[in-house]
Amino acid sequence: MTTTTNGRGVQTTTTGHLTFGTVKPNSGLQNAIKKSRADIIGEISASGMKGRGGAGFPTGVKWNLAAAAQDEHKYVVCNADEGEPGTFKDRVILSEYADLVFEGMTIAGLAIGATTGIVYLRGEYSYLRPLLEAVLERRRGQNLLGENVLGRDGFTFDITIRMGSGAYVCGEETALIESLEGYRGEPRNRPPFPVDTGYLGHPTIVHNVETLAWGACILSKGAAWFKGIGTDKSTGLKLFSVSGDCERPGVYEFPMGISIAELLREVGGEGAKAVQVGGASGHCVPAKEFARTLAFEDIPTGGSIIVFGPHRDMLAIAHNFLEFFVDESCGQCTPCRAGTVKLLEGVELLRDGDCSMQYLRELCSLSETMQLASKCGLGQSSPNAFLSIVKHFQDEIMGRTDLATAGKE
Amino acid sequence: MLQTEQDRLRDEIQRWGMVYGKERSALIPILQEIQRVHSRISDFAMQVIADMLDIHPVEVYGVVSFYSFLDWKPKGRFVIRLCRTISCDMQGKDRLARQLENDLGITFGETTPDGRFTLEWANCIGMCDQGPALLVNDHVFTRVTPDRIHDILEGCRKVFGVHAAQTLQEQLV
Repeated sequence: MTTTTNGRGVQTTTTGHLTFGTVKPNSGLQNAIKKSRADIIGEISASGMKGRGGAGFPTGVKWNLAAAAQDEHKYVVCNADEGEPGTFKDRVILSEYADLVFEGMTIAGLAIGATTGIVYLRGEYSYLRPLLEAVLERRRGQNLLGENVLGRDGFTFDITIRMGSGAYVCGEETALIESLEGYRGEPRNRPPFPVDTGYLGHPTIVHNVETLAWGACILSKGAAWFKGIGTDKSTGLKLFSVSGDCERPGVYEFPMGISIAELLREVGGEGAKAVQVGGASGHCVPAKEFARTLAFEDIPTGGSIIVFGPHRDMLAIAHNFLEFFVDESCGQCTPCRAGTVKLLEGVELLRDGDCSMQYLRELCSLSETMQLASKCGLGQSSPNAFLSIVKHFQDEIMGRTDLATAGKE
Repeated sequence: MLQTEQDRLRDEIQRWGMVYGKERSALIPILQEIQRVHSRISDFAMQVIADMLDIHPVEVYGVVSFYSFLDWKPKGRFVIRLCRTISCDMQGKDRLARQLENDLGITFGETTPDGRFTLEWANCIGMCDQGPALLVNDHVFTRVTPDRIHDILEGCRKVFGVHAAQTLQEQLV
């Protein structure tokens, strides 16, 4: 494990060697400049890459849709609003491989015919901004941004940075666009999708930081290299942010399809009672299911892995996650706004040993309603952790008598 | 001619309007600048911004009240945000919370009477592998122990002044 500083005294941790550090700088962009737009998108499509933010939409399809849209103005947005609990890989990528992210954005801009890139950086990462601005300024000087990039006639592309202001829901792509436009970060109805009606009504592709960095790697090393790693349905490498009860927390790079047990061995988390995959909106996987794999066809994830040791109180964990959702729900739709509060109250009843099985079933039924009826991914996924903890640890959470160990507040 | 505080604020907002433009999409960047300099966005500031962007002041208020980093209420010169999300929670954020309250004499959500410190919770600040972590304005502190709280606060007190935020990190490294 190496620990480095980003020049302002802020520690960043990476573990081992990431592929991002081995790719020749700007080789992906140089290859892309020589290709037609269709060939660039073809390369990305052939790699089979799916979005690294967790939703797993095929990147090539998104580029194709945006490229086909007829509009003078198109936008490439880098979603650096990394707010999912337990996720910090984007912070590491931006601190150490910002060039690769900007290179990926430039390639995406060339492929879909955009002239403007926007990085939406979360307010909590303000300390990264001077570093990123410096990298952008250097790239402008090197003709990697600006007019006729690397001599390609007519290809103009530049990137600006916009700051978030502390709202988790703005990581949802339509909420992010609302925020860029100067509104409350409330998700929109879809369709229309951002690829045809995005920022200011123009076609917009919104990508996770990591997706853009891999895009640059694919153009550099070729689609076949990426496709040769991982599983059939989940190709390539993926970064994981590992925290919690393990010996070596940090950012790891693994092929897609790695099992949870293998991952725990690598990070020194053997003996864990459960692992939270995908952050607060993800699923809690108990030890008996550690043979399951981290891939879009099994357990999809944006890379957040939180390890829970044998001594952890699962109900306290559910309580922490639900407090998070009560705080971060945008309040626009009822299932999420009211549902998260009812679930939190339910967890408090369980903590105090005051919850009947009948009422617990009601809460589970409410959770299903939230999954079906909420407007965006936040509400739809907010009951996931609660449901999986109820499912796998029911005997631990029912009939509590010891208030001292049950709850923390 | 005597310039009142309101005139100065109006001029300042106009200047940001020149920088960011007068479209609706400039609203949040302008609000962020006002928040940074004045530690709040007053009713008056919201009205001036609304006039400049040609929108209703309620639209501005709606945005200010939505985002946790924007606030109508005056905040302290140093806003301390302690991460309360699961990884920092498991690494002992409760003890830091207790010590912050003890050393500042306020509870979460409050500002010290001298206007120096505001204490708030933050949701995951992306330092999960190095928790418990907190932010003081734009600066992040990781692997904080309760006994370090005093040093962090002293560092802030020493640099209290116009250029405080720029030199805070140097004070503490």
